[in-house]
Amino acid sequence: MCALNIQPELQTQQSMQAVVNDFALMVATKNGSGSQTSNEVLIRSLFRMGIPVSAKNLFPSNIKGLPTWYTIRASKDSYIARRETTEIGVVMNQDTAAEDIANLPSGGVCIIPADWKWGQSRPDITYYEIPVKETVAKSEIPSEFRDRISNMVYVGVCAYLFNMPLDIVRKALLDTFNGKEKPTAMNFGVIQNAYDWASANVTKADPFRFETLNLTEGKILITGNEAAALGALFGGITIAAWYPITPSTSMIDGILDHKHIRKDPVTGKDTVAIVQAEDELSAIGMIIGAGWAGARALTSTSGPGISLMAEFTGLAYYAEIPCVIWDITRMGPSTGLPTRTSQGDLLFIHILGHGDTRQIVLLPGSVEECFEFGWRGFDIAEQFQTPVFVMSDLDLGMNIWMSDQFSYPDQPLNRGKVLTNKEKLEAFMESHGGEWYRYRDYDGDGITYRTIPGVDHTRAAYFTRGTGHTDMGTYSERGDDWMKGLGRITDKINSTRNQLPQPVTDWDKDKTIGILSFGSNDPAIVEARNILAAQGIQTNYMRVRALPLADSVHEFIQTHNRVYVLENNFDGQLAQLVRMETDKSTQHMTSLALGDTLPMTAHWIVSEITKRETH
Amino acid sequence: MANAIGLERADYKGAQSTLCPGCGHDSISNQIISAAYDLNLNMTQVIKFSGIGCSSKTPAYFLRGSHGFNAVHGRMPSVATGATLANSNLTAIGVSGDGDTGSIGFGQYKHLIRRNVPIVYIIENNGVYGLTKGQFSATSDEGAKLKYYGINDLPPIDLCLEAIVGGCTFVARSFSGDAKQVQTLIKAAVAHRGTAVLDIISPCVTFNNAPDSTKGYDYGKENEIPLHSIEYMPKGYVPAKDEITVEGDYEGTISVKMHDGSYIKLKAIDNNHDPRSREQAINLLEKGQRESLFLTGLIYYEEPRPTLGETMELVETPLAHLGDEALRPSAQTLAEVMKSFA
Repeated sequence: MCALNIQPELQTQQSMQAVVNDFALMVATKNGSGSQTSNEVLIRSLFRMGIPVSAKNLFPSNIKGLPTWYTIRASKDSYIARRETTEIGVVMNQDTAAEDIANLPSGGVCIIPADWKWGQSRPDITYYEIPVKETVAKSEIPSEFRDRISNMVYVGVCAYLFNMPLDIVRKALLDTFNGKEKPTAMNFGVIQNAYDWASANVTKADPFRFETLNLTEGKILITGNEAAALGALFGGITIAAWYPITPSTSMIDGILDHKHIRKDPVTGKDTVAIVQAEDELSAIGMIIGAGWAGARALTSTSGPGISLMAEFTGLAYYAEIPCVIWDITRMGPSTGLPTRTSQGDLLFIHILGHGDTRQIVLLPGSVEECFEFGWRGFDIAEQFQTPVFVMSDLDLGMNIWMSDQFSYPDQPLNRGKVLTNKEKLEAFMESHGGEWYRYRDYDGDGITYRTIPGVDHTRAAYFTRGTGHTDMGTYSERGDDWMKGLGRITDKINSTRNQLPQPVTDWDKDKTIGILSFGSNDPAIVEARNILAAQGIQTNYMRVRALPLADSVHEFIQTHNRVYVLENNFDGQLAQLVRMETDKSTQHMTSLALGDTLPMTAHWIVSEITKRETH
Repeated sequence: MANAIGLERADYKGAQSTLCPGCGHDSISNQIISAAYDLNLNMTQVIKFSGIGCSSKTPAYFLRGSHGFNAVHGRMPSVATGATLANSNLTAIGVSGDGDTGSIGFGQYKHLIRRNVPIVYIIENNGVYGLTKGQFSATSDEGAKLKYYGINDLPPIDLCLEAIVGGCTFVARSFSGDAKQVQTLIKAAVAHRGTAVLDIISPCVTFNNAPDSTKGYDYGKENEIPLHSIEYMPKGYVPAKDEITVEGDYEGTISVKMHDGSYIKLKAIDNNHDPRSREQAINLLEKGQRESLFLTGLIYYEEPRPTLGETMELVETPLAHLGDEALRPSAQTLAEVMKSFA
């Protein structure tokens, strides 16, 4: 029997043994109150102090008024997964205050507005009652800014309590306001006043403190959606068509914010067109039309939008038109929970389209991979002439992540087998007996040659259709033509298994327990494996990065005594897919599927695996 | 006889039609072929689009030298939007039907027009679903009778009226039995910069051609009221001094200069409809519906507003033709971007 010990037991106040750079802070506010800015200042301050930091924004589907919780984790060990427990509670929302205080661990800290006169009912935690209104009043803030700026009071108090140098906080504030001095000065005035109040009036009675480290050198802070947008811009996107939907919208905003890097240097004109469509049906139609015409086009959406795109993506699959579809997943089915994370669309997008379809899906597990798949997605779509889905999620897409700087693409653009002008078409025909047919498999790899509209040659045209067609592109209702055509496409898609981004593995042949997972669960798994190893449970790890599954996935399953498949959905969809594809026994494989609407934690993983490994 | 670019009329044909013999759609395909031949169109610079249905099969039956895209039901407008944005140098011709446009694709139709996507948008309107064997469509007349489905109790959608209300700058109605008018309007529509809607009543000989059907041949032949005689004058035509062009007062005759320098000359027949007036156009369609008048011709025209692509500050090279150097910023740019996130 091994005891669970996820987090160090909090020291009692009496002993006051310092807890340094290894705790989490939760800010509870009302949505729309402006707390996003102050929370960002806290994150950026820690980042500038060289302390590894991560953040989770738990927000409602609402513009103003409903409760929101923002969690900031500092970790000297560079763990960036969500933690279930937060030691510090900045309780700024009366509606949830009772629950927020109840959730604090023994030995924790509660920072709460003094004017609420909330009382201090828990003897096992430290209370700091802070004068929010007076501090703002003292700071002479124009009335229209007062409410929003009052959040800076807790920034100032935290800076004092937990040892964040004010010059660093000011720099972080300047970053947050994109270098604008005026709002920085106004907000910093409040922070300074709050800090001064704390230093004059508060006796520190808790053990938590930050100390400067050097672990964020060369790193960046970025959301997955912004990383994906940058990736797309480095991948040659020329058309983005989309319809607003949480949590994908910020990816298109990212393209909008950064598309200036693609401006024509001479004329200053854009090379990227962004169209807000009337719905997702139209968005996907536009990018399919654009891909057919030779442009690199993408759309970004979430589950409900994916549902609407089913028919069109089936057409693009069968008519073999490249395009890229980002699915920033949220909790479904139905409207579900629009602001909660999930990995529930995995099977749906893999087989999206009626009839026999098997779509390519890329599965980024970090913001770096969001960037990489942002550009590589276009290469894969054009190489295989098919839609490419990239399944990120709300956690990866919308939360701020610490990351290494992104690597410049290591390969030139791969435009695939495309005859873009008369000369190329003529050269092709010369070496192929004077012919070219759109769907004829000249190379035996299932990938055929396409022309794009506008190639000035009498033989360049072909007719694109979702109806049955021959390898010459002509209409056909014959069974043998159908089987030949779809058979080739199926073979083509199967051939991608070992050509798509391969699984990332930590695979030591002596270990007998395997963990299989994908996507944003990675940080929690990394942390959990270290904890498990410390308890004597050694694991191998394979993180799948694309569908259809690489052959090595099945090898991984078959070469372990026990395999745990971790995923953040209800049904264990990756485990189902593995079972669907193999005729070998998978009785030793256990599906650990959570789907509790929140990012996975190391605590949950450790507890699930330990209870199965230690009886 | 070869045209100015050395092509015979037959070169503009497509595959053999598989529609019912006598179908109105085939005569429209023929007029597209004739118009393209007369206009000396280079087919490689034309893209054809359609949705699903009998009408949407027809792009396979004309302009074999053009790329074609038979998309999904009602959603051809979005495909055409993406393709024309990717390559603004190409001439787009879309063919749809009344089910495709008036029902399943009604939203995309309206938004195509709102965006002013540069396309000749032909609706082959027969008031019935042919390929699924004869259901009412959204343009079927109130009170119309069909063999299996009885009487239609719902009012029809007027696709020309919808186009005008939606901001379309070229709106015409015609009759597939009026070959000359169809062909002339197609030529003018090709010359138009922006969405040009041609709502062509095109009888379904199998499911909706009873003598009392307002979408049938007999009715059309007997009741068509052309608003004007219409002529297309190719680029190079110089109007006579006293000819009234688009800016002038309207006295029944007008020459409209198209985007490419060609003209259409309209001469009113028994009415005084000025196609430059949106108000008159709307009133005309309302009156036509109220009094069951089958009015054909150029119903509404205005100087085109910018197309979707033109509303954006895009480079002149078609997006689909941009080279790798324009598609991927430098490593130094990435380093600068990364610095902004550090």
